[in-house]
Amino acid sequence: MKFANAQATVYNDTVVRQFAIMTVVWGVVGMLVGVIIAAQLTWPELNLGIPWLSYGRLRPLHTNAVIFAFGGCGLFASSYYVVQRTCHVRLFNDKLASFTFWGWQLVILAAAISLPMGYTSGKEYAELEWPIDILITLVWVSYAVVFFGTVGTRKVRHIYVANWFFGAFIIAVALLHLVNSAAMPVGLMKSYSAYAGVQDAMVQWWYGHNAVGFFLTAGFLGMMYYFIPKQAERPVYSYRLSIVHFWALIFTYMWAGPHHLHYTALPDWTQSLGMVFSLILLAPSWGGMINGVMTLSGAWHKLRDDPVLRFLIVSLSFYGMSTFEGPMMSIKTVNALSHYTDWTVGHVHSGALGWVGLVTMGTMYYLIPRLFGQKKMYSVKAIEVHFWIATVGIVIYIAAMWIAGVMQGLMWRSVNPDGTLTYTFVESVKATYPFYVLRFLGGLLYLSGMLIMLWNTLKTATNGNAVDVPILAAHIHMTVPAGASA
Amino acid sequence: MDILYLLIPLSVALVFFILAGLWWAVNQGQFEDIEAEGERILRND
Repeated sequence: MKFANAQATVYNDTVVRQFAIMTVVWGVVGMLVGVIIAAQLTWPELNLGIPWLSYGRLRPLHTNAVIFAFGGCGLFASSYYVVQRTCHVRLFNDKLASFTFWGWQLVILAAAISLPMGYTSGKEYAELEWPIDILITLVWVSYAVVFFGTVGTRKVRHIYVANWFFGAFIIAVALLHLVNSAAMPVGLMKSYSAYAGVQDAMVQWWYGHNAVGFFLTAGFLGMMYYFIPKQAERPVYSYRLSIVHFWALIFTYMWAGPHHLHYTALPDWTQSLGMVFSLILLAPSWGGMINGVMTLSGAWHKLRDDPVLRFLIVSLSFYGMSTFEGPMMSIKTVNALSHYTDWTVGHVHSGALGWVGLVTMGTMYYLIPRLFGQKKMYSVKAIEVHFWIATVGIVIYIAAMWIAGVMQGLMWRSVNPDGTLTYTFVESVKATYPFYVLRFLGGLLYLSGMLIMLWNTLKTATNGNAVDVPILAAHIHMTVPAGASA
Repeated sequence: MDILYLLIPLSVALVFFILAGLWWAVNQGQFEDIEAEGERILRND
C-alpha cells in the first residue's frame, strides 16, 4: 500500500512556517513574562495588588511559555523540517500535522488563561489542569503519528541521527506526561494527583528531570545535529560518535531525577542513585558537545563572519557548561550548599537561555529565510546585534545568580560558636537585592535581543513569500525498507 | 516508597525497549558505512 505522502512532489513547509513564526512570537511573550517576574522579585510592589499578576501565578506562566510554547514550537518546526529533508518524503499526514499546530496553540492559549487565574495542579512544569492535559495527549499522539509515519515512509534507507533524537524525545515526553499527570478530576478545573506525599515528589522529579533530559536536551540535540552541519557546510565531526552519543544518553538518562530531592523524605539510597546517574550523564553530554563543536574543525574562520553559526556553536558551549555544572550540583555535599538557592536558578538559565534559547534562535535564523524563499534574513547585522545582546545578557544573568546562590548558601549554613544561626533569612534576602537587579538587567537584554529577532523575522517574512520546495529525487542510496511500503 | 515499584520496573522495561530499538537498527544495517551518512545531508536536500 502506498501512502499519499509518498506520491507528493513538494515538502509540507506550511506547518513548519507556522511553528517557526510562533516560536519567535512565544519567545517574546515567555521572556517578557520572565522579565516581569524578575522585576517583581526586585520590586515586589510591581504585582500591583492584582492576584492575576502575582508572582506565584506568573512564574508557571513564564516557565510554560518558554519551555512548551517557545521551545515546543521550535521543536515542532525543526523536527518537521528535518524529518522531511532527511527522509526525502512529505510529512505523513497533512491534516494531522495541521492539527498538531492548532492544537498546540490552543494548549498554550489555555495555559495563558488558566495559570494567571490560579488554576494549577501544583506540579512544577506540569501545572496545567486535567482537561488541558488531555488535549496535550491528543496533540502529542498526533505528533508521534506524523513524525514516525514520515520516518516509516522514508525514501532513504538510513535514518539520520537527528531523527533518532527527535523520535526519543517524542516517545519519552509521551510517557512522562502520562505517568506524571495521572490524576483524579473532582471538577472541571480541579484534580488531585494519583500519588501522595513523597511518592508524588518522586514522580514529579522523575518527570521534571526527564523533561529536562528529553524535551530540553534530546529534542534540541536533534536540532544541533542537523543545523550545525548545514550552517557550517561540513559533516558532523564524527558521525559514529553521534550514534554513540544518542544511545548512551537515552540508556542512562531516566534516573537522574532524585537529585532534586536530596536531604528530603526520599530514601537515602534513592537520592544517591540519582546522584550517581547524574554524574554518569557527564560523559555522553560532553561527547555530544565536543562532537558538535569539532564539526567546525578546520573551518573555525566561519565563526568570524557568520552570526548564525555563532549562535549554534555558543549554544553548545553553554550546553557543555551546564552539563558539567549539573552533575557537580547533584553531588550531595555540593547540593547541601546549592539547593534552594539562586544558584539553581542560575544553572537552569545557563541551560535555558544559553543552550535551548541560542540553539533555537540559530535554527530559526537558518529556517526562516528558507521558508520564505529568501537566501538570508532581512538583516544579518541585526542577527549579529542579537547575538551579542543575548550573550552579554546570559553572562550577567548567570554570574549574578551564581554569586547570589553561593552567598545565600553560605549565609544560611553559617552558625555562631554557640550554635545559633549567624543570619536571619531576611538578611540573606536583603543581601541578594543587588543581584536581583542585575538578573533583571540580564533578562531585559535577552528579551531585547528577542524583540530584534521578531522585527527581523517579520521583515523577512513580508519581503519574501511562501514557496513550495520540491522533494529531492531518489539517488543511489535509495531503497525503500521492506516494512515501510508493505 | 511504593512508587518505586512502578518507576523501577518502568525503567527496566524502557531499557529493554531501547535495546530492541538498538537491535533493530543494527540488524537493519543502519550503521553500515556510517561516516558517509553524515556527509549525505550536505549534498542534497
